[in-house]
Amino acid sequence: MSAAREEILGRIRGALAGDPAGEVAVARGYRKTSDLSGAALADRFAERAEAYKATVRRVDAAGATEAIRRLQGRFVVPSDLAESWLPADFVRDDGNLSHRELDAVVGVVTGCAIAIAETGTIVLDAGAEQGRRAITLLPDFHVCIVPVERIVGSVPEAIGALRGSLPRPLTFMSGPSATSDIELNRVEGVHGPRRLEILIVGEA
Amino acid sequence: MASAAEPHTFPQLAKRAVADTQLRRNIGNATQTIRTKRAAVVAEVQDWEELREAGRSLKEHTLRNLDRYLVQLEEAVTKAGGQVHWARDGAEATRIVTEIANRHSVKEVIKVKSITTEEIKLNEALEAAGIRPFETDLAELIIQLGDDVSSHILVPAIHRNRAEIRELFMRKLGLAELSDRPSDLTAAARTYLREKFLTVPMAVSGANFGICDTGTICVVESEGNGRMCLTLPKVLVSVMGIEKLVPTWEDMEVFLQLLPRSSTGERMNPYNSLWTGVTPGDGPQEFHLVLLDNRRTDVLADRTGRQTLNCIRCSACLNVCPVYARTGGHAYHSEYQGPIGAILTPQLHGMDEAASLPFASTLCGACYEVCPVKINIPEVLVHLRTRAVARSGFNMEKLAMGAAIRMFDNPGLLETAQKIARVAQRPFVSDGYITGGLGPVRQWTRARDLPAIPGQSFRDWWRTRR
Repeated sequence: MSAAREEILGRIRGALAGDPAGEVAVARGYRKTSDLSGAALADRFAERAEAYKATVRRVDAAGATEAIRRLQGRFVVPSDLAESWLPADFVRDDGNLSHRELDAVVGVVTGCAIAIAETGTIVLDAGAEQGRRAITLLPDFHVCIVPVERIVGSVPEAIGALRGSLPRPLTFMSGPSATSDIELNRVEGVHGPRRLEILIVGEA
Repeated sequence: MASAAEPHTFPQLAKRAVADTQLRRNIGNATQTIRTKRAAVVAEVQDWEELREAGRSLKEHTLRNLDRYLVQLEEAVTKAGGQVHWARDGAEATRIVTEIANRHSVKEVIKVKSITTEEIKLNEALEAAGIRPFETDLAELIIQLGDDVSSHILVPAIHRNRAEIRELFMRKLGLAELSDRPSDLTAAARTYLREKFLTVPMAVSGANFGICDTGTICVVESEGNGRMCLTLPKVLVSVMGIEKLVPTWEDMEVFLQLLPRSSTGERMNPYNSLWTGVTPGDGPQEFHLVLLDNRRTDVLADRTGRQTLNCIRCSACLNVCPVYARTGGHAYHSEYQGPIGAILTPQLHGMDEAASLPFASTLCGACYEVCPVKINIPEVLVHLRTRAVARSGFNMEKLAMGAAIRMFDNPGLLETAQKIARVAQRPFVSDGYITGGLGPVRQWTRARDLPAIPGQSFRDWWRTRR
C-alpha cells in the first residue's frame, strides 16, 4: 500500500511545484464570541432547541430530581450518574449491556459536556455522566440534563472548550433525529431518539 | 446509469427532463423551499461574509500544503489506533474495502450516505464480491430499492413523490398496509433498518472533514443512521477524498457554521459525529480510513480548476441554479449534479465523459454568490469550456468564431458583413430576433436569442449626422 502513498504524495508535490512561494494567510475576521450572557444565554438556547422540536424545561435542582423521578418505564443511565438524577426504574450501564438490551429500554438519562445557545445544540463527549455513545442512541427517548453554567453562546466558544475532550468521541445533537427526504417535509424521529427532553438546571 | 448507447449528454438528457412537467414541479418546489430556508438562517449571521472568506482561505491554505497535511493526518489517526490506507483510484479503494470485509468474513455491510462511495461505485464492487451493502439514509434507501440514481447531492430522491415512495416500500419491504404520510414512510424505513443496525458487523461511511492535528474524522447528518453505523458495528471503514482536510481542531468552528446553514438551511443539523481512531469500550474497535485520490491531484494541478476542491458538498449551488431547477439532477448524468457537478464531473471523470457539462449553465453567477467556500464556479465553467473547445476537432462554430474575430478586427469587413447580413437575415427575423437560420446559425439560435442586425448601423447614423 505504501506504493500508493508515495505515488499520491508525489502527484501532489508535482501539482504544487509551480506555485508561487509563500503561505496563504487564513482570514480570521469572524466572530469568536456571542454577545449573549447570563439569563439571555439560557433563553436563547431554550428557544433554539425548541425550534428543532426538543422539549425544554427550566428547573432548579429539586425540580430536576422531581421531573426525572416521575419518568415512566425503565431507563438506562451512565454508571456515574448522580443519585439525585436517577429515575424510579433504572439500569446502570458500565459497558455490560448489549445493543439488544439498550434497544429494549424506554429511554436514557444523561448529563452533557456543553450546550450552544446560538444553534440550540447539546454536545456529548463521553465524559462524566454521559456514558458511551450507544446508550444515547438506541433508546427512543433521551432526557438530557443541561446545567445552566454549561451553556456557551457561539460555535467557536464550544469548539474552544471541547479541545480538552479529545480523543474521546463527540456527538453534537440539535433536537431529536429528523429527515426531510420525502418531499422536503421535516419528520422528527428517524433512527436516533425520536424524543429529546432537555432540563436546563439552575439559575442563570 | 445509462449505457453508452443511450443518450447521456446534457442537452439530450435535459430535453427529456424539461418535458416532464411533474418532475419540473417537484424540483421547482423543492429547490424553492430549501432556498428560502437557507436565506433566512444565513441572514441572521452577522459575520457570514467573514466566515465564507475564512472557509475559502482555510481550504486554499490546506490544498497548497496538502502533502504535509495528509502525512500529519495519517500520523494522528494511526497514533489513535486507526489504520490508514491510500487509494490512487476508485478500483484501488473498492479493493481495500472489499479485502477488509473479506478478512472479517462479513456478507453484509451498512452504509452511511456518501457521494464519494457512489463516485467509486463501491456498492457494485461489493455486490460483485458477494457482499450486500445496505444504504441506511432514507433517500439513499429509496434510490437503492428503486434501482434508481441520485438527482441531488443533499436530497438524492428529490425527484420522487410520496405516492411513488409508498408503492416502492410496499413492494420492496413486503408491507401489506402503508399510508403515504412522510411520517409513516419514515417509520417503515426505521423498522426495516433497525435489525440491520443491531446485527451487521461492519459499516462503511464517507467523511465530511478530516482534522489533521488531532486525527479526528467528522460526519454530519440528520437521521441518526450515521450515528448507528459509526457506533454499533465492530468494524468501520471511512472513505475520504484527499481534499476533505482541515488543518486544526479549531478550524471546525468555521465549517460547522458554514455547512449546516448552506446545506439544509438549519442553524445546525441534528447530528454531528466526531471520532478519533478507536476508543476502547465505545464504538467500533477497528477503524480504517481510506484516503482517495481518483484524479483529485489532476484537479489540484490546474490552478484555475483547483478551487473546485474547496467544495464541502453543501448543495446550495444546486438550489439557486436556474438550469438545475428546470432539468433536475439526472440530466447531469453523474453523482455530482448542478453547478458544482458541471465543474467537478468533467474534472474527476474526464472531459470525454462530460464535455457537455461546462456548457450547462447561463453563467448567471448565483452559485458563486451562495457558495460557502467561495468557489468561483462561473470562472471554472468558462475555463473548462475553453478546454472543451480546444479538444474538439474541426467544427462550424469554431470556424464561425474565427471568422468573427477577423471581421470585428476590420471596420471595412464589418460594414460589408452587416450589409450582407441585413439582406440574408430577412426570412428568419421575427420581433427583432433571428429565430432559425441556416446550418450553424440555426444551432446557435436554438438555445439563444440572436438580435437581428438593425436597419441602420451606428456608423451609418453617424455619417448622416455630419
